[in-house]
Amino acid sequence: MADFSSKSTSGWKFPFRIKIENRVDNPPRWLSPVLSLAAVVVALLIGALVIWLGGGKPWAAYTHIAKYSLGSVGVLSDTMVKAIPLMLVGLACSIAFRMKLWNIGAEGQFYLGAFGASLVVLLPILPMEAPKWQFILVTALFGMILGAAWGFIPGFLKARYNVNEIISTLMMNYIAIEWNNYFIYGVWSESGFQMSRMFQRNAWLPRLSDLAKRWPFFGGLTTHFGLVLAIVAAIILWLVLSKSKWGYEIRLIGDNPRAAEYAGISIKKNIVLVMMVSGALAGLAGMSEIMGVVHRFQGAISPGYGYTGIIIAWLAKLNPLAVILASILFGALILAGREVQPAGIPTLIQGVIMVALIASDFFYRNRVSITRQVED
Amino acid sequence: MNFVLILASGVATGTVLLYATVGEIFSERSGILNLGVEGMMLIGAMSAYKTAAATGNAWLGLLVAMLAAGLISQIHAFITITLQADQVISGLALNFLATGISLVLGEGLTSLRDVVPQLPKFSIPGLAQIPWLGGIFFHNHSIMVYIGYLFIPLAWYFINRTRPGMHLRAVGEYPAAADTLGIRVYFQRYLYVFVGGLLAGLGGATISLSISPGWFGGLTTAGQGWIAIGLVIFAQWNPVRAAFGGFTFGALRRLVLDLQGPATILGLSNPFYFNVNYGFFLKMLPYIFTVLFLVIGSREANRKRIGSPAALGLPYIRGQRGL
Repeated sequence: MADFSSKSTSGWKFPFRIKIENRVDNPPRWLSPVLSLAAVVVALLIGALVIWLGGGKPWAAYTHIAKYSLGSVGVLSDTMVKAIPLMLVGLACSIAFRMKLWNIGAEGQFYLGAFGASLVVLLPILPMEAPKWQFILVTALFGMILGAAWGFIPGFLKARYNVNEIISTLMMNYIAIEWNNYFIYGVWSESGFQMSRMFQRNAWLPRLSDLAKRWPFFGGLTTHFGLVLAIVAAIILWLVLSKSKWGYEIRLIGDNPRAAEYAGISIKKNIVLVMMVSGALAGLAGMSEIMGVVHRFQGAISPGYGYTGIIIAWLAKLNPLAVILASILFGALILAGREVQPAGIPTLIQGVIMVALIASDFFYRNRVSITRQVED
Repeated sequence: MNFVLILASGVATGTVLLYATVGEIFSERSGILNLGVEGMMLIGAMSAYKTAAATGNAWLGLLVAMLAAGLISQIHAFITITLQADQVISGLALNFLATGISLVLGEGLTSLRDVVPQLPKFSIPGLAQIPWLGGIFFHNHSIMVYIGYLFIPLAWYFINRTRPGMHLRAVGEYPAAADTLGIRVYFQRYLYVFVGGLLAGLGGATISLSISPGWFGGLTTAGQGWIAIGLVIFAQWNPVRAAFGGFTFGALRRLVLDLQGPATILGLSNPFYFNVNYGFFLKMLPYIFTVLFLVIGSREANRKRIGSPAALGLPYIRGQRGL
C-alpha cells in the first residue's frame, strides 16, 4: 500500500524501508491480545506524560492506583465490586456492537435497572419479609425488564423510522437520570433527603462477608452475588454469540448486513431484539449495584459505568469472556482513581487507552514490515 | 413570563449549538463523522476560560479554545483517515480523551468566577428598537451571537456556491471521483475535521466566556455536543436549517427553566410551580425533543430522498473498489 522510503538528496540514506500492506491471510491468534496489551501499556505511558504536563506526579498516581486496587485481599474485593457492573454493561455493549448497533445508552439502561429493582422493594411488589431468593429473582427480573424497555425505545425508533441510535440512546441517558431524580427527590424521598429509605436486609444481595461466621477469612469482604450473575451472563452470552444460530445472525448482520438480508434474516427484528437484550444486561448491572452495594434508591449511583462499558467491550474485542478480565482492570482504575488528584485522571486514562486500542487495530489489519535498505 | 426574553436567551444559548452543529456539518460533508463534539466543546470551554483567567484577555481565550479543539480533532482525523479505523468508535474515544483532558487541566478553575473577563455584550443601535424582533435578536446579546448571524449565510454560501465548497461536497459524496479530478481527498478531510474542531471549540468558548460564564466540569456543556450531532441530521447537513434548529433548541432549554417560575400560566394554575419535583420532567424535554427532531428529520429525509453524504463513515482507500 504505502511505502515510506527515503528520498535522499545527500549521501546519507535512511537505512530502513517501512512497508505497509493489507493483510490477506488471517493474522496469528496471539496478535490480537498482544496488541491490546501493548496499547494499554502505551496508553499508560501517554497518560503519565499528560499527568506530568498537567503538573501532577504520574508515578505517584499509578502506584497509588495499584496499591489501593490490588494491594490486599480487602481492596481486591472492592475492585471486584466495581468490576461487577462494568462486566454487565461491558456485555451489554458487546452484543450490540457485535451487530454494529451503537448502543451508547448502557448508562441510562443501568439507571432504569436500578429503578426497576427499587420498585420491587419500595412499591412494594414483594412483601417486606419475603425470603432472600425471591428478592434476588424478582429484582433481577424487574431490573432487566426496565432496562430492556429503555433499550426498546431507541431500537424501535431505529427499526421503524431509521433514527440514529447513537444520538437517541445518548439522549435516553439524560432522560433516565431525570426520571430517577423524580422518584429520589419526590415520591420515595425519606424525610426530605435525596434518597429512599434503606432496604431491609433480606432484600440485599448476599456478600462474601455473610460467610464470615463459618470462614473468618471472608470477614469484611464486600464482593456480592452480582459477581455470579455477571459471570453466568458472560458465559451465556458467549455461548449464544459463538454457538447459536441467533448469535450467527447477529454476527452476520454486523459483518455484512446485505448478505444477512439476502439470507432472509430480519434486520429490523434483530435491531429491536438486540437493543432489548443489551438494555436488559445493563439493567441487571443497575439492579446488582442497587441491591448489592447501595441498598437504597438514590442518585449518582454510577461514575459513568455505562460509558466505560464501551471501552471495555472494545478492549475485550467484543468477546464476552474477555469482558470479565477487562472489567477487573477498569474496576481497579475506577476504585483507586477516586482519590487521585486531579479528579479527571481516570477518565483521561480511559480515553487514552481507547485511542491507543483503536490505533493498534491498524497493525491487526495491516502487515508492517521493516527491512534494511539495500544499496542499489 | 416574558416571551421576548425567553426567545432572546434562546437565541443566545442556540448560538452555542449553532457553531458546534455547523462545525459537525463541515466534517460530515467531507465524509468524516466525528462523535467527539461534546469533548471538543469541553476542551474549548476549559481552555478559553483558563486562558482568559491567566491573561485577562477573553479574545485570546477564544483563539486558544479554537486551536486546542482543532488540534485534538486531528487525533480523530489521523485514526479515521490515515489508519482507516471505524469512525464511530474513534469518535467515542476522542470524546473520552477530550473530556478527560479538560477535567484534568480544568482542575481548580471553578472557583475563579467573577474574576475572569467575558466577551462583550451590546445592542445593535437602530435594529434593537424594532418591536419584538429587535428585542429577540439585537438587544444586549453577546458579540458571538452577532458573529453567528453573519456566519450562517457565509457557511451556506461556502458549501453550496464556491469551488472549495464543491470540492468539500465531492470528497464526501464520491471520493474516488474527486480523487481522479485531482482533489486531494485526504488533505480535504483532515482540513474539514480541523474546521469542525475549530467551531466546536468556538462553541465551547462561547459558553464559558459569554453565554453562561464559568467552568463547571462536564456540566458546562451538559450534552449540548450530542444535541448538536443530532441537529446535523435534523438540519440535513444544511447550515441554515442548523441555525433554525439551534435557536429552537436554545429557546426550549430556556423555557424549561422559566416554566417553573410563575404560579399561573395563561390563567391556569401551574403544576410545575406547586410541585417542584415535576421539574424533573421539564428537564427531560430538550432530550426528548432531540429524539423527536431526529424522527422528523429522518422521515422527511426519507420522503424527499435526501440522505447523508454518500461516503459518510467510510474510509477512502485509493485504488479500492466502491466509494
